[in-house]
Amino acid sequence: MTAVPPTVPPTAALIADGLPAPVPEEAAPAGRLRLVLGRMLASRGVLAGGAIVLLLFLLAFGGPLLTPWNYATPDYLAIRQSPSGQHWFGTNGLGQDVFAQTVRGLQKSLVIGLLVAFFSTVAASLVGACAGYFGGWTDRALTFLVDLMLVFPSFLIITIISPKLRGTGWIAFVALLAAFNWMITARVVRSMTRSLKEREFVRAAQFMGVRPLRIILRHILPNVASFLITDATIAVGAAVMSETALSYFGFGVRAPDVSLGTLLAAGTDQAPVFPWLFYFAAGLLVLFVLAINLIGDGLRDALDPTSEGTRPARKSRTPRSGK
Amino acid sequence: MIRYLAKRLAYYAALLVVAVFLAYALSSTALGPRTYFEAKQPRPSAASVDRQLTALNINDHTPVVERFGTWSSDLVLHGDLGRTIHNTSVNAEFGRRILVSLRLLLIGSLLGMLLGVAGGAWSAIRQYRISDRVLTLVSFVLLSTPVFLLALLLKNGAIAAKDAVGHEVIPFTGYETPGLSGGIGAHLGDWALHLLLPTLSLALGGLAMYSRYQRGTMLDVLGSDYLRTAEAKGLTRNRALLKHGLRTAIIPMSTMFAYSFLGIFTGATFTETIFGWHGMGEWFIQAINEQDVNSVIAVNLFAAVVVLASGFLADLLNAALDPRVRS
Amino acid sequence: MTTTVETDLLTVSDLSVDFNGVPAVRGVDLRLRRGETLGIVGESGSGKSVTSLAILGLLPTTATVSGSVRLDGRELVGLPNRELAAIRGRKVAMVFQDPLSAFTPVYRIGDQIVEALRIHQDLDRPAARKRAAELLDLVGIPSPERALAGFPHEFSGGMRQRAMIAMAIANDPGILLADEPTTALDVTIQAQVLDVLRTAQRETGAALVLVSHDLGVIAGMADRVAVMYAGRVVETAGVDELFARPRHPYTLGLIGAVPRLDTGGGPLVPIPGGPPALATLPPGCPFAARCPLAEDRCRTEEPRLTGADGHLAACVRAEELAEHGPAPSEVYPVPTVPPAAVARPRDERESVLRVTGLAKTFPVLKGSVFKRKVGEVYAVDGVELDIRRGETLGLVGESGSGKSTTLFELLRLAEPEAGRIELLGQDTAHLDRSAVHRLRSDIQIVFQDPMASLDPRMPISDIVAEPLLAQGAARELIGRRVPELLRQVGLDAAHATRYPHQFSGGQRQRISIARALAVQPQLLVLDEPVSALDVSVQAGVLNLLQQLKAELGLAYLFVSHDLSVIRHLSDRVSVMYLGRTVESGAVNEVFERPRHPYTRALLSAVPLPDPAAERSRKRILLAGDPPSPTERPTGCPFRARCPVHTALPSDLRTRCEQEPPALAEAAPGRDHHAACHYPDA
Repeated sequence: MTAVPPTVPPTAALIADGLPAPVPEEAAPAGRLRLVLGRMLASRGVLAGGAIVLLLFLLAFGGPLLTPWNYATPDYLAIRQSPSGQHWFGTNGLGQDVFAQTVRGLQKSLVIGLLVAFFSTVAASLVGACAGYFGGWTDRALTFLVDLMLVFPSFLIITIISPKLRGTGWIAFVALLAAFNWMITARVVRSMTRSLKEREFVRAAQFMGVRPLRIILRHILPNVASFLITDATIAVGAAVMSETALSYFGFGVRAPDVSLGTLLAAGTDQAPVFPWLFYFAAGLLVLFVLAINLIGDGLRDALDPTSEGTRPARKSRTPRSGK
Repeated sequence: MIRYLAKRLAYYAALLVVAVFLAYALSSTALGPRTYFEAKQPRPSAASVDRQLTALNINDHTPVVERFGTWSSDLVLHGDLGRTIHNTSVNAEFGRRILVSLRLLLIGSLLGMLLGVAGGAWSAIRQYRISDRVLTLVSFVLLSTPVFLLALLLKNGAIAAKDAVGHEVIPFTGYETPGLSGGIGAHLGDWALHLLLPTLSLALGGLAMYSRYQRGTMLDVLGSDYLRTAEAKGLTRNRALLKHGLRTAIIPMSTMFAYSFLGIFTGATFTETIFGWHGMGEWFIQAINEQDVNSVIAVNLFAAVVVLASGFLADLLNAALDPRVRS
Repeated sequence: MTTTVETDLLTVSDLSVDFNGVPAVRGVDLRLRRGETLGIVGESGSGKSVTSLAILGLLPTTATVSGSVRLDGRELVGLPNRELAAIRGRKVAMVFQDPLSAFTPVYRIGDQIVEALRIHQDLDRPAARKRAAELLDLVGIPSPERALAGFPHEFSGGMRQRAMIAMAIANDPGILLADEPTTALDVTIQAQVLDVLRTAQRETGAALVLVSHDLGVIAGMADRVAVMYAGRVVETAGVDELFARPRHPYTLGLIGAVPRLDTGGGPLVPIPGGPPALATLPPGCPFAARCPLAEDRCRTEEPRLTGADGHLAACVRAEELAEHGPAPSEVYPVPTVPPAAVARPRDERESVLRVTGLAKTFPVLKGSVFKRKVGEVYAVDGVELDIRRGETLGLVGESGSGKSTTLFELLRLAEPEAGRIELLGQDTAHLDRSAVHRLRSDIQIVFQDPMASLDPRMPISDIVAEPLLAQGAARELIGRRVPELLRQVGLDAAHATRYPHQFSGGQRQRISIARALAVQPQLLVLDEPVSALDVSVQAGVLNLLQQLKAELGLAYLFVSHDLSVIRHLSDRVSVMYLGRTVESGAVNEVFERPRHPYTRALLSAVPLPDPAAERSRKRILLAGDPPSPTERPTGCPFRARCPVHTALPSDLRTRCEQEPPALAEAAPGRDHHAACHYPDA
């Protein structure tokens, strides 16, 4: 038999299945990030949503620089004027410039939405991860708290408290919105944590003697991060919607501050006759939330390997995983 | 199984008691009925204000726990929810408004769920075709429109239609035409027409949300092993999808049902206010503005009961749909 | 094809399947005669399951199928869905791998079988129900009437797979396609299910296509075998011919890589590298990169499947192999394992782990909010373990035997519920927190699934460093240790910045091992470390473990359900049943002269990758499933399934029923204990 190759030293033979050749993926450590970015860019929803959000931010923060009008100062020569070169979005009953007001309101709504989403996501991840990881009484107490806060529609509670906050400004309003916006996310984080806790890499860390808080920070939270990012994105949209609804009914942002909600409230009755008082704010509101939702949906597809965007690929793998 | 549901019910009852107490404490401390009386013309004496507040059991000089004791014992023993700030019966107001709200809540949520489930399943089966893309886009736009805005838009549309035609095509205020003559048929038709816009403004949001979720769960099911088994048995694709796929994919919707009711309730508050329905939501906003503590608490109680009942209903539904939960 | 085409029931020719342009099956030819069993064997990704699904057109819509599948002369590829549906279940039926997910969870088993019957036969409901009960009876499900009303989740894995087979044969199909039908099952249950498959085949006269990765199962069941690699059939022959005289180097390598129950230790023959990615297949033979016999011409043109007498192989050197018939170790490089670092006799070596009378119960909870205790599971109920320095103890048991619970109890390093755990002479019941923390570095674990046990969000350098960090090691030491560890397990230290998903299964398991070795433990707990790996890769990892043990003088607690692997790697073995140690001793003693009837049944259930040996073996089939551990049995826990107990005269049986057997020495001073009253019966 001539076919037998010369004897290979043992370590080399042992190394054999460790050779890098058969693994097709890129070697760069940023491989996953690139994968996610690639998937995101492949989704038209994310691109469109991202572009819209970017433009709206430019509008909200650059808009005031473009117009000579201030959102509060009336132009007595122009009362309830339709949009024109002078007043791009027209003027209201006091002669205030609707463009300046809308841009100002958009600014406030965006900032509130972002802050609320940030705070509520932080709260949800901490509460959820602790409840799920520690289990026992911690879990029972936190779950009861979550259930308790879910008994009432948060709108009712915020409405009741809001008179107390009169005069404290919109930051208190942000805190209030965030305080009633984290519960469902926390529930999801809790159940994800519970299943992560059973995963072998967490067990391995426990058996190595890694401390619980360190495990939560190093292993649990990074592994729910993709859910949290997606959820936070969608929470921005939800927070903006809550903010506008509450402000519309007079329980949120108050004069002299303006938000999209207060603008809508002011313009509602006149909408049939003076549509510019209502539809510019309404349109921007829907556009912004829509863009945010598109991004959120695209992110979910990109970050979650089992999500529907990548499902055809997953399905094709299923029958082949012969084990 | 019965035991399990009984436990759930007990848990919900415990939640209800704690939550109602917290809501009571919150409403009683956050609202200021004293200012309401003090603002009256002519200004009543301090003693008289105190007397009126005490009579209504909303005097902020009485400890909250004591007020809650009085309120809850009246509720438990006599089924009495107290008096409004105008010294009328809360129960009477409650009775007048509850059916108005329930009509809207039930029809709106059920319609949204049914249409959403059907749309989502259909969308999943036709993934990436034109019909799926259109439904997806519509859902996204609806999901991005706050309910109050949707209601306002519908109302503005109805007003525009009225202005264009010259008379009211679709009614947009109230839940019936006052002083309508005619038989029961005419009344029913009138009710249905009045229901149209408020129900739509609630149901469309539900439709969008349910259809997104149903589409997701249905897509999960499409790749499942048991669907493949059903086809391997000799069922055609469509029958397998309907009988084995959809049946399993609607199970998670029962959980959605519980969560969505929170949103539906809030939405109904807006809808009632905008369409001039004298329901619980409108009452709530009114009561907040009048510092009417007992009415606010009554609406809170109603909300809590409705939300928890929907949670319990979701449990029942889940157990009915999924044998794995039952055992 | 030859002239036998007329008598072939099923002919697959040039079948190809693509998923979004990525090939999964690349030109497969198969023939199936009436009544015969065709085994399709291959590793994960070889395209064997896709092939079986493609026959019935059950692939998802993203798949593009080309080529031809002829059933009784009728072309199935491209047939409209409605006509295919009439064939599925009626002429060709399928048995899937995972019977839990293959049954619709919300319908009763009975209703699902009735549905299968009524699709193709004009039966009213009661008649169909009656027939369904007969079918369940045929596949050996006890009290079939009652089983009809059960939901899938209420069945055990084995019972579900029986029900699946019952449903498949409901309409007397001419062909049964079984896709890894026993992979998810324990070995004794696998033996039962394979037996049911044989019965079903006998009753219906159906031809069987059996897809499996397990050479032993194939050897025991198939008449003819097709070996698949990288989406193609690389060799096909009658089963005896194939195992005795493989003509493709891949087949030869597979046979050499399987650890065998009937031979002892020594290094296995690993096939270097891993299977190629089909998306980026280089020209030429797909096996060339791993093949020690590859020549230049192998890298330019893919060889065709050729040969005579029904023995075909896709290799240019097939004839050489046929002529010389070399052993796997003559073709593939085999590592030499250095002699053990510790060579003193066992009695003189110090104890690493000693466990006596270990017990652990779990409350059985019901309800999701107010959990109430409705009983107790005796997960572990009398486990004895003894490991000395430099020794491997194999812990064997089927699912539910309490293996995992035992491990977690050991690794908790706390006082056990009952019994005593001594690690390196220290009783875990009397340790303070800092002592526990220090002791953690002496006992480390390697888990079954290397993907699940490595945090996907960390580069492997951080993963390997984690136990060092937890022990408070200095940065500089860590920086030195990590590349050293990676090299030690046969990985390239330059890959330290990569993430787990960038490695293959075998490589990931090596990372796990490197992490476990980081803190220089005395005892390594290996929890099914190779059962998630393909055979050819598994051999490399097992060789590595043997080598590390010899070099570092480690002790292993090696947990596995696979007796062949245990036999191959262990010095001593301990067999568990229902939470108890039922037999233990030196590995050759226990495997050659098993004393407990359970051990005997377990050994006889392991399929051998040798068709002749498989046919001549006497099999002990155990009855039914293991009983529920919620009821603590009186007497011997095994007696309900025990063939010895059943054969005993009634006066001797009472002892089994009343007295729990203790572990007893086979002979004074001999390292062999069994917990049976009648070990010689």
